[in-house]
Amino acid sequence: MKFKLSNLALAGLFASVGAQAQISGDVVKIGFLTDMASVYADLDGAGGAEAIKMAIADHKGMVAGKKIEFVFADHQNKADVAASKAREWFDTQGVDLLVGGTNSGAALAMAKVAAEKKKPFISIGAGSARLTNEDCTPYTIHYAYDTVALANGTGSAVTKGGGKTWYFLTADYAFGTSLQADATTVITKSGGKVLGSVKHPLNASDFSSFLLQAQGSGAQILGLANAGGDTVNAIKAANEFGITKSMKMAGLLMFINDIHSLGLKTTQGMYMTDSWYWNESPEARAWARRFFEKVKRMPSSVQAADYSAVSHYLDAIDKTKTDDGDKIMAAMKAMPVNDFYAQGTVRAQDGRFVHDMFLLQVKTPAESTEPWDYFKVVQKIPGEEAYTKLSESKCPLVKK
Amino acid sequence: MKSKQTLLGFGALFAAIALLPWLGVYPIFAMKVMCYALFACAFNLLIGFTGLLSFGHAAFLGVAAYACGHALKVWGLPTPLGLLVGVGAAALMGLVFGLLAIRRAGIYFAMITLALAQMLYFVFLQASFTGGEDGLQSVPRGSLLGLDLSSDLHLYYLVLALFAFGVWLIYRTVHSPFGQVLTSIRENEARATSLGYDVSQFKLLAFVLSAALAGLAGATKTLVLGFATLSDALWTTSGLVILMTLVGGMGTMTGPMVGALVIVALEDKIGDLGKALADASGIDWFNGLGESVSLVTGLIFIACVLLFRRGVVGELGALWEKMRKTPDKLRA
Amino acid sequence: MTEVFGVPLPALLGQLLLGLVNGSFYAMLSLGLAVIFGMLNIINFAHGALYMMGAFFAWMGMEYLGLNYWAMLVLSPLAVGLIGVLIERLLLQWLYRLDHLYGLLLTFGLTLAAEGVFRSFYGVGGQQFAVPEALQGATNLGFMILPNYRAWVVLASITVCMAVWLVVEKTPLGALLRAGTENPALVQAFGVNVPRLVTLSYAGGVALAAFAGVLAAPILQVSPLMGSNLIIVVFAVVVIGGMGSILGSILTGLALGVVEGLTKVFYPEASNTVVFVIMALVLMVRPAGLFGKEK
Repeated sequence: MKFKLSNLALAGLFASVGAQAQISGDVVKIGFLTDMASVYADLDGAGGAEAIKMAIADHKGMVAGKKIEFVFADHQNKADVAASKAREWFDTQGVDLLVGGTNSGAALAMAKVAAEKKKPFISIGAGSARLTNEDCTPYTIHYAYDTVALANGTGSAVTKGGGKTWYFLTADYAFGTSLQADATTVITKSGGKVLGSVKHPLNASDFSSFLLQAQGSGAQILGLANAGGDTVNAIKAANEFGITKSMKMAGLLMFINDIHSLGLKTTQGMYMTDSWYWNESPEARAWARRFFEKVKRMPSSVQAADYSAVSHYLDAIDKTKTDDGDKIMAAMKAMPVNDFYAQGTVRAQDGRFVHDMFLLQVKTPAESTEPWDYFKVVQKIPGEEAYTKLSESKCPLVKK
Repeated sequence: MKSKQTLLGFGALFAAIALLPWLGVYPIFAMKVMCYALFACAFNLLIGFTGLLSFGHAAFLGVAAYACGHALKVWGLPTPLGLLVGVGAAALMGLVFGLLAIRRAGIYFAMITLALAQMLYFVFLQASFTGGEDGLQSVPRGSLLGLDLSSDLHLYYLVLALFAFGVWLIYRTVHSPFGQVLTSIRENEARATSLGYDVSQFKLLAFVLSAALAGLAGATKTLVLGFATLSDALWTTSGLVILMTLVGGMGTMTGPMVGALVIVALEDKIGDLGKALADASGIDWFNGLGESVSLVTGLIFIACVLLFRRGVVGELGALWEKMRKTPDKLRA
Repeated sequence: MTEVFGVPLPALLGQLLLGLVNGSFYAMLSLGLAVIFGMLNIINFAHGALYMMGAFFAWMGMEYLGLNYWAMLVLSPLAVGLIGVLIERLLLQWLYRLDHLYGLLLTFGLTLAAEGVFRSFYGVGGQQFAVPEALQGATNLGFMILPNYRAWVVLASITVCMAVWLVVEKTPLGALLRAGTENPALVQAFGVNVPRLVTLSYAGGVALAAFAGVLAAPILQVSPLMGSNLIIVVFAVVVIGGMGSILGSILTGLALGVVEGLTKVFYPEASNTVVFVIMALVLMVRPAGLFGKEK
């Protein structure tokens, strides 16, 4: 009667809280749910799973004397699938850590499940800042980036660097609108001005009309408050219409994979913010080369974060000798992170991993010396500036 | 009598489902299957019994999911009312869609439902109450008649009851005079009209009923999973329910249930299936199968339409009939 | 500067022109759908996927075989046309005697399978596809800068559409096609190989879609998902136009492209849904479609 057994197992786990250190089920099991085949597959996907495997292998496959097991699945960008799979893993497969890939809807659903089961959940690929605000839980760590940091980073750094007047091309739904709103606040604070904006429907294939309106505004910077295919199409069209001659483009949510699919010719001179770039330091380069050998593509910041987060979790278990949810969360928040990906600590109150972000500019084809050598680091943005301050946090767990 | 047999059959089926958690089946999975099975049965009412192919049924699943979620989370209504709100929303949407779509027949009907569903999807995407990409999260389960529903087991029996109710309603509809008219419309619409039936009215009623039951499935699903997201209203979900009905057997009562079980299990286990195939055959490409639900779904669709039109239950039924007709002396 | 409803006239004219560009895609795709529906009585859901394949083959030809854009403009539709022949002979022909809903379901399955295959090989990131040299740059028309490539798209589409219209309405082959739609048995009795005509129609229809795909490749993302969202809008276009006449499909496609373009200026948020809204309106007022014949 497996159902009753799993009930007993859960009860046993709860009982062990406060008792001496214990690894549940004699194995540390890590579960990874992400989009493997759809719009975000290149950003995270199978590459992310490889990164986690690397982290486990580098830990010699064992932690605190117990074996590490790894399961992963495709949530197909459906919160349904993500939540039920996560539940199933927790209830029947004894998964101890849930790692969340892309898609905010799925991540939010997974966070709820993890909180219910009192297991740690590290969200990496998803961008929604709600994970550490309205929907924060004691069991969520938001690791890599969020939309606030991106908006803050690009908005303030570009404005301070001389791009004072902005025009936004925004995807007409909550995500795009909040990107634009966050960025506008920062731009105005940094002394810039937003001259106007135009909203386009999601998955609009043709941006010509919107771009003409942008051009008519005379702004210096074209802010792209959209993501994925929309951003790519917008950039292509901007090139076609010669807009890039009079305006510089700033992508508010872009990754190295977008640049790869567009090419340097089309994207040169663009600004974007990211949490990590493979060529930013010798340590990053070394790890990236190892990743490249396995996956044949350079890692995105999300994939690097996958490795870093899992390593951090494993280190925490080494220290506490238990995989009990509460103890591990406390340990992960207490121990600082210091690796090729980032340096910083996870904020105890809301689970936000605060670390520096980078303002990047796309190189011209001439400046690029090797494949995937796409960016120059313009500026480092300190974590405290990039992320939502605790005083402004909407997380109910934060005491102000 | 056949109807007594059928009643017993259904009774046995529901009793079996009631026992599943005690046999080791993961209750959340079973509840999810039941929701989709109800969805497929509701869809089948339209295609299998009335002959109308709706390509936008996900709209009803989605609108009910959001409405119920909103009612439970934001308005704080008690659970039964929340479910009713969901069903009501779906029925209303069914009325609106139906009034527009009934004006054309056959292929056009399908295309119109698809286009209307897509329009609704875009509305959901932009509306603030749906939470857009993030979805409507943290919907409380509440309680029913004092029974706390946050326990999976308690919720299981509620879901089972709702599912049984939905199936019972469909069964009664199909075997009623109203249902007979629907069947006659499917067989020969012109003749039904010539007999004096207002075909449009019947079609519309069937459409609204189907939408309402799909709504029940959607609202229940929100209750089980605790959230409603855009993928509920996406056209691929419409395609999925068509596949479930096709695989299971259009026009049969239990076909859609079987189809739902197969497809939901597939979605869940395709990664494991791919791995098993890869291990068994030594072909590494199968490992990538888990990443290609689309491809597998597409191939199943094609195979079903070409070779397997009657679906699992249909084929089994035909086999049963054939065996029954074979005289004893020929069966060695 | 003269203004119309608060929008400067140059901008308005510019948007109209761009709307024509989109409209020409709608026209070509709905034309292909109409041709296929006319002959086969099947709604080819796979039209979007075949449009995608047209774009992808063009990219593959340039990437792997080093061919240029102009060559692919001819070769890609041919390749997809061949695939169309295969699909029709191997899969579709078994469905003619059945309810034509099965055709929709089969082609739907084809769409999923095709997208799945391309996705598993190429991911969804989209491939780089440059605008061909000869068509790069833009012309200053005074009221707007029109990229040369977009002008070419409109020209090529309208030419091809009119060519198809000419063939179907004015040539003997076209007459055979039309007769075959009305009464296949009789036409066959006259010694015409009707099944071959049917295969040809399907291949021709999808070749049109592929041609649109090649035209689209430089300006849109060449990704396995590029067809899905487009096909649903095209369905709406087809319902609005009614599938009775070739000319009707062309005109409706162009007109709707322009309407969409205008919506982008005055009320951009609705530009996604305006086609569907129009579809709903047309259904209430004239269910057979603007150019359709009541069947």
